[in-house]
Formats: sequence, C-alpha cells, structure tokens
Amino acid sequence: MILQQLINGIALGSTYALIALGYTMVYGIITLINFAHGEIFMVGAFVGLLMVEYFKMNLFLALAASMGFCMILGMVIEYIAYRPLRRSSRLSALISAIGVSIFLSSLAMMVFGANAKGFPESAFPSHQIHIGSADISTLQLLIIGVAALLMLALEFIVQKTKIGKAMRATSEDYNTAALMGINVNFVISFTFALGSALAAAGGVLVGVLFNSVSFNMGLMAGLKAFAAAVLGGIGSIPGAMLGGLLLGVAEVFGVAIGYSSYRDAIAFAILVLVLLVRPTGLLGQKIQKKV
Amino acid sequence: MLPAITASIDPYTMQILVNIGIGIILALGLTIITGLTGQLSLGHAAFMSIGAFSGALLTIKTGLPFYLTILFSGLISSMVAAAIGWPILRLTGDYLAICTLGFAEIIKVVFLNLEITNKALGLTVPTPASALAMPLTVLIVVILTIIASASIVNSRFGRALKAIRDDEIAAESMGINIARYKVQSFAISAFMAGVGGCLYAHFLGYINPSDFGFLKSIDMLSMIVLGGLGSIPGAVLGASLLSAAPEFLRFMSQYRMLVYGALLVFLMVFRPNGLLGGIDCAELVLRKLGVKPRSAARKQEDTQ
Amino acid sequence: MSLLMLENTTIRFGGLVAVNSVSLEIHEGEILALIGPNGAGKSTIFNLITGIYPPTEGNISFKGKSIAGLSPSVIAAGGVARTFQNIRLFGEQTVLDNVLIGAHTRGNWDLTGALLQFLPSVRREEGRLLELAIHCLSQVGLARKAYEPACSLPYGEQRRLEIARALAIEPALLLLDEPAAGMNPHEKQTLLEMVRSIRDSGVTVFLVEHDMKFVMGISDRIAVLDYGSKIADGRPEEVRANPAVIEAYLGKGAAQ
Repeated sequence: MILQQLINGIALGSTYALIALGYTMVYGIITLINFAHGEIFMVGAFVGLLMVEYFKMNLFLALAASMGFCMILGMVIEYIAYRPLRRSSRLSALISAIGVSIFLSSLAMMVFGANAKGFPESAFPSHQIHIGSADISTLQLLIIGVAALLMLALEFIVQKTKIGKAMRATSEDYNTAALMGINVNFVISFTFALGSALAAAGGVLVGVLFNSVSFNMGLMAGLKAFAAAVLGGIGSIPGAMLGGLLLGVAEVFGVAIGYSSYRDAIAFAILVLVLLVRPTGLLGQKIQKKV
Repeated sequence: MLPAITASIDPYTMQILVNIGIGIILALGLTIITGLTGQLSLGHAAFMSIGAFSGALLTIKTGLPFYLTILFSGLISSMVAAAIGWPILRLTGDYLAICTLGFAEIIKVVFLNLEITNKALGLTVPTPASALAMPLTVLIVVILTIIASASIVNSRFGRALKAIRDDEIAAESMGINIARYKVQSFAISAFMAGVGGCLYAHFLGYINPSDFGFLKSIDMLSMIVLGGLGSIPGAVLGASLLSAAPEFLRFMSQYRMLVYGALLVFLMVFRPNGLLGGIDCAELVLRKLGVKPRSAARKQEDTQ
Repeated sequence: MSLLMLENTTIRFGGLVAVNSVSLEIHEGEILALIGPNGAGKSTIFNLITGIYPPTEGNISFKGKSIAGLSPSVIAAGGVARTFQNIRLFGEQTVLDNVLIGAHTRGNWDLTGALLQFLPSVRREEGRLLELAIHCLSQVGLARKAYEPACSLPYGEQRRLEIARALAIEPALLLLDEPAAGMNPHEKQTLLEMVRSIRDSGVTVFLVEHDMKFVMGISDRIAVLDYGSKIADGRPEEVRANPAVIEAYLGKGAAQ
C-alpha cells in the first residue's frame, strides 16, 4: 500500500517539480513570482491536446510542440508584462503577473469552453506493471522518466554551458553580470523560455495522467507548484525538484489517509507552514540584508 | 423623505448602487493594508467570507439587530486577521502575498467542508432585523467607512503606515514598531472586509464559500489599482467603475475577466498610479474653488 | 558622562568578522567622529548601535542600560536617531511628512486617535507634532520647502532633510552616516555650522565621515577603525599623528 502511494506520489510530484522549476528559476534571476507560470502549464496542456487530437501527433511530438510553443509564449509574456517593470516596484510586477494570469485563463475559457477535455484513448496506451505489492502504470513511468530527463537536461544546461553560467551569474548579481558584458535581457528571456518549456511538459503529462485539461487547471497547479518551490527553497533548482516530489507524495498520502476533500488545502497548509517556520525552504540560502 | 427617495429608485438601479456601495467598502479596506501600508494581500476575499458567514449565521441563529450583526462580523474578521497577522506579516512582499492567497484558499476549503456553513450548498440568508432598509444601511456604512479611511490617512497612525510602505528600515529607525502597525493595519482592513461581506450576504440573500475565492480578491485589488493605490478617492472611483461596469457591459460579461487581466497589465506598465493615484484630490478641489494651495509656490519656482 | 558605550562589541557574518571586539565610549555633549578606510566596519557599527544587527559578542549600553539585541524601533524611541549613508527618505511624501514621521515617537495616539480626530487631546498632539516638525525643518533651513515632495529636493537638501527628520525624534544621541558625502565646500561649511548648533542645543553627535577637513574641523574626539578593529581613539591632533592610523590609510611607507 505504501509503495503504491509512494509511486503515485512520485509521479504526481514529478509534474509539480517540472512546474516548480520554472518558478524557482525566474525568481532566482529577477526576484519575481511569475504568477502567470501556472497558466503556461495550462496552455501547454491544451496545445498538447490539440496536437494529439487534431494533428494526430504522437505524444512525444505533441510534447515537443507544446514545449516549443510555450517557450515562445513565456518569452513574449516577459517582454510585454515584466520587462517594462524591471525598475518599478515589486508590487507592480506582481500585479502585472496576476493580470497576465487572469488574461490567459479567461482566454482559454473563451476559446475552449468551461468543460474539461480529455485526451483521446489512443494518446498513450497504458499498461500496469507489477512491482512487488504495487502497480505502476506505463503512464506513470513515462511521466517520471520524462520529468527526470528534462530535469537532468536543465541541470546540464545550467551547470555545464556558457548560457547556464550566465544565468547563474545574473541570478547572483544582476547588475554586475550586466557590467561583465552579459546580455541580461537575453539571459532572462532564455530563463523564461526554459521554465515555460518545462511547465508545458508538465501540463501535457498532467493532462494525460488525469485525462483532464481545463482552463482553470493552471491556478491550482501553479499555486501548488509554487508551494513546492518554496518548500524546496525558492531560487534553488535541486530544491524545486525535491519540493515537487515531497509535495506530490504528501498530497497523495494525505488523500490516502482520508483527507481527500482537503486535498488542495494540503499544499497551501504546507506553503503557509514553510513560509512561517523556515521561509528559505529546505535547500534555500539565507540572505543577509545590507543596510 | 429618504424612504421616498429610496422608493423612487427602481430596483435594478438600486441593486447597482448597493453593489457599488459594498465595493467601495471592500476597496477601502484593501486600500488600508495594500495601498497605505504596502502589504499586498491576495486573500482578502477570505475576510469578506468570514464576515459574510459570521453575519449570516448570527442572523440565522440569533436574530440580532442588524447593526450589531454588522459590527460583530467586522470584529470577528479583524480578530482572525490579528491572529494570523502576527506570524504572516513578518514575511516580505511576494511571500506575504502568496501566503495570504494560501490562507484564503484554506479558508475556502474549510468552509466548503464544515457542517455549520452548509458545506458546498451555501447558506440562504434571511432578512435581518433592521429598522432601516438595506440600501440605507449600506449608504450609512459607506459614508462611515469613507470618513474612517480618510481620517486614518491623515493621522499619526496613517503616517506610520505610509512610512512602512515606503521604507521599512527607515521607518523602524524612526521608532515605528513595524510588526505592531502592520498587524493593526491588517486588522482594520479585515474589519472593513468583514463588514462588506456581511452586507453582501444580507443583500444577496445567499452565499457560498466558492464566491469568495481568488477571483474575488483580484476584483478588490483591481478596484484599488485602477483607482490609484493609496488614494481614498481613487478607491471610491475604482470600486464604482468596476462594480457598475459589469452591468453596463453585460453584453460582454464573458470578456470581463479578460479585460480585467489586460487592464491590470496595461495599468502597471503605462500608468502604475492608476486614475487618481499621486493626485492630491483635496488640493485639486481647493484650487478649483479659487483657494491658493500650498504648493503653488513651487509651481511658480519651476516656471522661473 | 558616558552616554553610549560599546564593550568588546563583535559581529560576525558567517566567517567574516565585520566588527572585532570594539570598545568605544561617547560622552554626553561631545562630537565624536568615526573614521577609517572603506569597508572598515563604520556603518556596521552604526547598524549595531541602532539595533539593525544584534552583536554576536559584547555589549552596547545607552544611558547606562544595555541595548544590545533590542529592536531598532525601541532604540529609536529611547533617544537614538540616525541618518543613512545612502539617503533613505520617504521620497514620494512631502518634506514635512518626512519630518512628521520622524516625530512619531513624540506622539501617542494610534488607531483610536486616527478615528477620533475631533478629540481635543488628539488635535493638541497633532499641533504639537507639527510645531516640532517645522522647528526641525527651520534648524536645517528647509522650512520654506515643507510641502514639496522629498524626492524633488536637490541632493544636499535631501541630506539636510534626513537630519531634520532625525532631529524630530528629539534624540539624546544623533548618528550621522557620511553627512557631507557629495556636498560642495560651501554646503559642507553650512553643514559644519549646523552640526555645531545641533550639539549646542544639547544633542550628542556621533558621525562617520571620510572628509578629513570636515572631521578635523568639527570633532572633539576621533576614533579610527580598520578591518573591524579600533586602532586609535583620542583628540584630533593625537589621532592625526598616530602612526597606526597613517599606516592604515596610506600604507607602511607613509608611516615611517
């Protein structure tokens, strides 16, 4: 039983981790909570759905297409709604982000209607595999596998490439990075692109996992993923991965114990608790204020 | 005379006016904590919800006179705010905003699951025991709220709040106990939201926890952002426009949230001060009346 | 009489010892200057005194009572006022409002007072605070600009406004963090006279400053900090000739 829930939790948590990574990277680099990030997840799910249903793509192609589309979407959003506000107060940027979030989810509702849509049967035929006392579906394996792969790719980009180094420099000290000749605008756009791609992947995977894609899936998933990012330590990439997995497991176990109607509240309770008890999260760093 | 006036306004217009009134009360409440004190509260609908349900339950279970019910709803909301405010208001900007959002969602889920709030079915609210008609009560509360808010802005208390908004470290170095003032500001904001919620519940006659979700908080935020953060006349204007607009723009009601979203982005990028933010309305009025305002001296210096 | 005393005060940020066992005494009515090369820890000492950081070791006492670990607002209410190295005014607000906020601790009425402003007691307090604020503005020569937004003031006047705001606390001790920074010689002379008259009105002044001419012209005593430790403490002529001080600023060669 525990093993089964653990598997379920890790599968769910992997999707949270994918979304959480986007939050944490953007926050690390421009100290903004990209409120619209959850909506990118939602858009990703819809794009994936469209690709599979109307263009009859296989799931992997649809995933790639969705990631590509959302990369562009993320960069456009940054350019229109956040870049002009880089010198403004944090409140303005946050409100702008909220505006984008509302805009996107309303747009989705108008275009796709209020009802949830499901992926067609043929999208990913799922079998159950026995492991000890538990079943793991091939779908769950897919999710965990894709998520792990993407996270490894992200780690590689951030740690081993030149652009990754630029990202790390910019997130540590924005102004100095600019003075060192780093094109911060490009780095920031790139960060948004990466984060959005991961969120889109998460969207497609969640859409297939729950067989449900709707205009309002972004808000809840976004908030939960944010909780995961905070839990792991906002600004920390390994933290986002860890936080996502932990949150997924906590949620699944919470439901299993019997709190299913409080399912959504579990993430928020964790969020509030972490913020109050240890705001830097599990793997985050304490910032000393300079006066 | 007043009953005659209220009788002469048709029910449809009356409904809009009452909605505007409630919107003003909510907007002013949010102005205190977000506009004046600079603490973004994304979960203010939770206090509206607490006020609404407290008020409804008081009327249902006890039949108290309405003015007492309103008062108690506000008090209950403000007590909850004070309780959660202490730990939460230590957080800075973004974290605080998200935390309030999380809290609001928790409240919503809890109310959806409690027996006493009738779970997901919501509560039907009977007419309260009141000598005055509802519209009149709302009008009186609106006037009181505007007076209270304006008084707060121009007081030692209000100055402390504005100092906290502008520079916490400097404010603290001037002897202002940040934590205490933030909590007090939060509590009075919640009081107003609770009062607004109570009026809303009794006016509408039916409430459901899902009415008080994130979108409701955003409604309130949009009002004060549109009107101009920190401006009392701005809050009144913003609330009036956004409460009345759905009625006049009924044909595009499905576009409402779309417009809201775009509006927020547009305002922040092009006019972060909103419509009346940064404008000293009192001075404007005085100037129109021919009274020479204090900073006229500066304008003269500028043109030299 | 000792107004402020630092006893072996130390603060560590992780592995960095920013202030290393510094002992310092400020006497009532004097003007004490704290000088030292950049990064020596001068502003950190201010932050320690005003409660922004608690000391890792050692003690700080004001008027005989320990203030180490107290919050900045409590310390300010006790009579310690400060200005900031990088001006921290409430930019969007008027000059007068800035100083009125400084006068906060001189009042008592909070939310109740805000709501019941017609009460005579509240009105009297507001009148008193207004009078205090205008008096402080006059002391720095900014009364005529009372209703301007603070951010519209030229740099030198902004520094003076910060001083006015600090004076509104009616402090026993005034900490000035590089008050002459960015000023031209004429402005510095005005500032010098201003600081003298502030001291003459009964306020003890503790300042951090880089301009040696200014420091020599105004201080009764000078303390010198280098790499977090105090290396000299005494009258201006003594400190100026102290080889350790010369070495800290100009290197070993100059000291010989």
